[in-house]
Amino acid sequence: MSTTVATEPKMRKEPEITPELIKAHGIIPEEYARIQKILGRDPNFTELGIFSVMWSEHCSYKNSRALLKTFPKEGKAVMVKAGEENAGCVDIGENLAVVFKMESHNHPSAVEPFQGAATGLGGILRDIFTMGARPIFNLNSLRFGNLDKSQSKHLLKGVVAGVAHYGNCIGIPTVGGEIYFDNIYEGNPLVNVMSVGLLKHEELAKGAAKGTGNPVFYVGADTGRDGLGGAAFASRELTDESHEDRPAVQVGDPFKEKLLLEACLEVIKSGAVVGIQDMGAAGLTCSTCETASRAGTGIQIDLDKLPQRETGMIPYEMMLSESQERMLIIVQKGKEKIVEDVFAKWDLHAVRLGEVIDGNLMKVFQGSKLVAEIPAKALADEGPVYIREEKEPEYLKETRAFDMNSIPEPTPSPLPLSPKNGGEGRVRGFNETLLKLLDVPTIASKAWIYEQYDHMVRTDTVFLPGRHDAAVVRIKGTKRALAASSDCNGLYCYLDPYEGAKIAVAEAIRNIVCAGGEALGITDCLNFGNPMKPEVYWTFHQAINGISDACRAFGIPVTGGNVSFYNESPAGAIYPTPTIGVVGLIEDVQKAVPTNFQWEGDVIYLLGETFNEIGGTQYLFEIHGKRAGVTPRLDLKKEVNLHKAILKAGKAGLLSSAHDLSDGGLAVALAEACLSETGKSLGAEVWSYGALGEKTVRNDAVLFGESQSRVLVSLPQAKQKAFEKILGEFSVPNAFIGVVGGKRLKIMNLIDLSVEEVERAYRNAIPRRMEKAI
Amino acid sequence: MKVSVVVFPGSNCDSDCFNVMRDVMQCETNYVWHKDHDLKNPDLVILPGGFSYGDYLRCGAIARFSPVMKEVVQFANNGGTVIGICNGFQILLESGLLPGAMLPNKSLKFICKHVWLKTENTGTKFTNRLKSGQVLRIPIAHGEGNYTADSDTIKKLKDENRIIFRYASENGELADRYNPNGAMEHIAGITNEKGNVLGMMPHPERASEDILGSHDGRWIWESLLS
Repeated sequence: MSTTVATEPKMRKEPEITPELIKAHGIIPEEYARIQKILGRDPNFTELGIFSVMWSEHCSYKNSRALLKTFPKEGKAVMVKAGEENAGCVDIGENLAVVFKMESHNHPSAVEPFQGAATGLGGILRDIFTMGARPIFNLNSLRFGNLDKSQSKHLLKGVVAGVAHYGNCIGIPTVGGEIYFDNIYEGNPLVNVMSVGLLKHEELAKGAAKGTGNPVFYVGADTGRDGLGGAAFASRELTDESHEDRPAVQVGDPFKEKLLLEACLEVIKSGAVVGIQDMGAAGLTCSTCETASRAGTGIQIDLDKLPQRETGMIPYEMMLSESQERMLIIVQKGKEKIVEDVFAKWDLHAVRLGEVIDGNLMKVFQGSKLVAEIPAKALADEGPVYIREEKEPEYLKETRAFDMNSIPEPTPSPLPLSPKNGGEGRVRGFNETLLKLLDVPTIASKAWIYEQYDHMVRTDTVFLPGRHDAAVVRIKGTKRALAASSDCNGLYCYLDPYEGAKIAVAEAIRNIVCAGGEALGITDCLNFGNPMKPEVYWTFHQAINGISDACRAFGIPVTGGNVSFYNESPAGAIYPTPTIGVVGLIEDVQKAVPTNFQWEGDVIYLLGETFNEIGGTQYLFEIHGKRAGVTPRLDLKKEVNLHKAILKAGKAGLLSSAHDLSDGGLAVALAEACLSETGKSLGAEVWSYGALGEKTVRNDAVLFGESQSRVLVSLPQAKQKAFEKILGEFSVPNAFIGVVGGKRLKIMNLIDLSVEEVERAYRNAIPRRMEKAI
Repeated sequence: MKVSVVVFPGSNCDSDCFNVMRDVMQCETNYVWHKDHDLKNPDLVILPGGFSYGDYLRCGAIARFSPVMKEVVQFANNGGTVIGICNGFQILLESGLLPGAMLPNKSLKFICKHVWLKTENTGTKFTNRLKSGQVLRIPIAHGEGNYTADSDTIKKLKDENRIIFRYASENGELADRYNPNGAMEHIAGITNEKGNVLGMMPHPERASEDILGSHDGRWIWESLLS
């Protein structure tokens, strides 16, 4: 390692390495000492930049890596495990496999919602097709502040338009997801995007720079100064000055990405590709050192050959640029022409930038001048790992002390409203309470959002978004379909991060199960505050444990994901929000089970038990204005049995519909099940509380409580016996609670509303607020 | 029937059209790359939906200059059957095979949803299997489907019975509230004078199988086959 490393400036004067400059790069003194030890000298400016992005939280997972290791990653169908490649890969039989992953683009979206969301989607798509898989659908999981505030409307409008712009143009349907509105996310919205791809086994591509002498190609868009240091930007808290970081947000070009997608898949099929990796965070730096590190080789590139869209760029800028729609391809020597021809066909660059070399170094030249030389593994895999101090947050004492008896119950309908209970405000009727909950944007119809997304392109979307628990997408040429869902109740995680994370996994899987699918694996997007704060790190650790325990109970691996820390605005940290994405397999798409009622006269069952659980519910939050209580408890054994029973009944063709109970509880679930997009909405009459888990359960807990492991199903009378037999086999508590039919939703003597009223409240909630959006 | 589906850079409904024509309608179907000049001797040319060239200048404005369009125009002028769907419709407008232009949707938002179409003319090769006034449930997915033209053109289209589909209610009623994008005369699809070129914003290829929620789009393919 005695090569001289150039330190003199070329185009622009490179600054001296001073303690201030090191600090400005987010590198602490201990890390700098480590860099000196690795290099055996001081880094130059380019190298300092390279270390700063590769060892940033975003790329190195330095504050999460130790805990992420505890996730269950094994599974008999797993072809690529979490952390091995750009995304996980799971076998689904018939020589097919799925690749899926979820990622965040929170900080860019907070600053520039349209491009932030658009490039977030662009980035996750590249993670999928770099594996050789064709992305076949996307989901997104969004969090914004209260939708009555203009800032939240502005962000929602921008983010949805950004996702639509990118996803619609590239022609990959956005088929589902979820969204919560809560002022805790004001100033720091969450934009988590998930993509699912499909491949044949032999098409699986790896991101390894194997074979000394193999050429390294740069393909796609030119490199500019956009997104400089984006990874480092994503690893800081948002401040009032963050808007000045706007140049750190990149601009996406979905048309270019579409060409890149087609060209990459074509070139992977040609057999000329040894390794391939997208240039996402930390761009050229990350793709070169990671491919070399995976293969245990060295890699050498010449920046003079780099296609540039701006003049006067210095090596530091070229290496750190996060210009979008670029990939690195390691080509089998002698097959360069194949690659060049494919990219020429798609009117894209394919430039030979360097080659795989012996040893373990990443060498960056500018012509004949060596401008950076660093061991690839040190950058990619040997970054610092920290275990932070933990402390249970103080606020939990207060939230746990909540007493349900301090909350007045709504009055039975149809009593007139009257102000009661001086301090607590008026007491609502049950009818009014339900209508109010249906008008909560978190619960209401999301048509305003998903109608802006092309959710039908590729002609595989069997369950359209908005009306089913899971998205169902068929696989042409087979009888199969994929079911997908994402979930996370941040308020639960705020009140109990362990139980909340467990519930997020259980509910996401329950959604799949209700649609008739068996979960294959989960991907997660862990959105938290600043990990240096012991209270944040404690919640992070608890959530990891919750996810792990739930996955083990279901026998399902975590196949990949993403961590997003520093989700804080001047107002404080967001809720701990470990978003869970699940992909499941439906063996026979004809047996997929819809969520809404299908036939007049069907009988309705409520599976599972109801407890006095209103802590953390939308009812308590939206109606009574309290973030309090303990979350509903989840018994994993009961949940597993419930899943088995529903899957068996679905496969036997017994179910007309199945709908998981979540936000807003039984009353909201019944209301949703009544509605249909095709104008064939059905009423229901319910006469029973269902199975109760304790002696007495309050009416508001019955109607709006969110006890876990509960599902609402409907089925023809003729199939009741066979169904009850299956429920008995798996010891699922259940009750025959009503029938489908008529034009009203009646729940005991508590609720009596026309389906039309229900529908109006549910459908207008978001449009009426967005009409006034700026 | 032999079908050719043209692929422009940025087309994204090309494989959807291809799959429907080959696998559902059992037709011999080929892709034609936009840089090629051989249309592969088709009975029907489909210009599919998508975002040709990113639709960056104006929808369809660059695609009309693609090499293959010379052959498509010639094919149409010789009486060959051409259907342009969504972006394909926009390309037909830009290339002058059909009159008029598209404005952004009235809501200024992209809209993807099922809509109802009233069949206004059953005397064309695209609609001869339909009943007069028959209402079809077919989805739209576009940001710029707000059809516009000068009053002479509109008059001509009406006089010559060239408005083939209009946005309507489930019962065939015409009103602004059933018009998703603000198109003049609720226009969803028109033909050229000779009746061999159809442009429509809704996607019949997305409504050709029951599992996708509607098979109403098949009426158009069946008409072409009969």
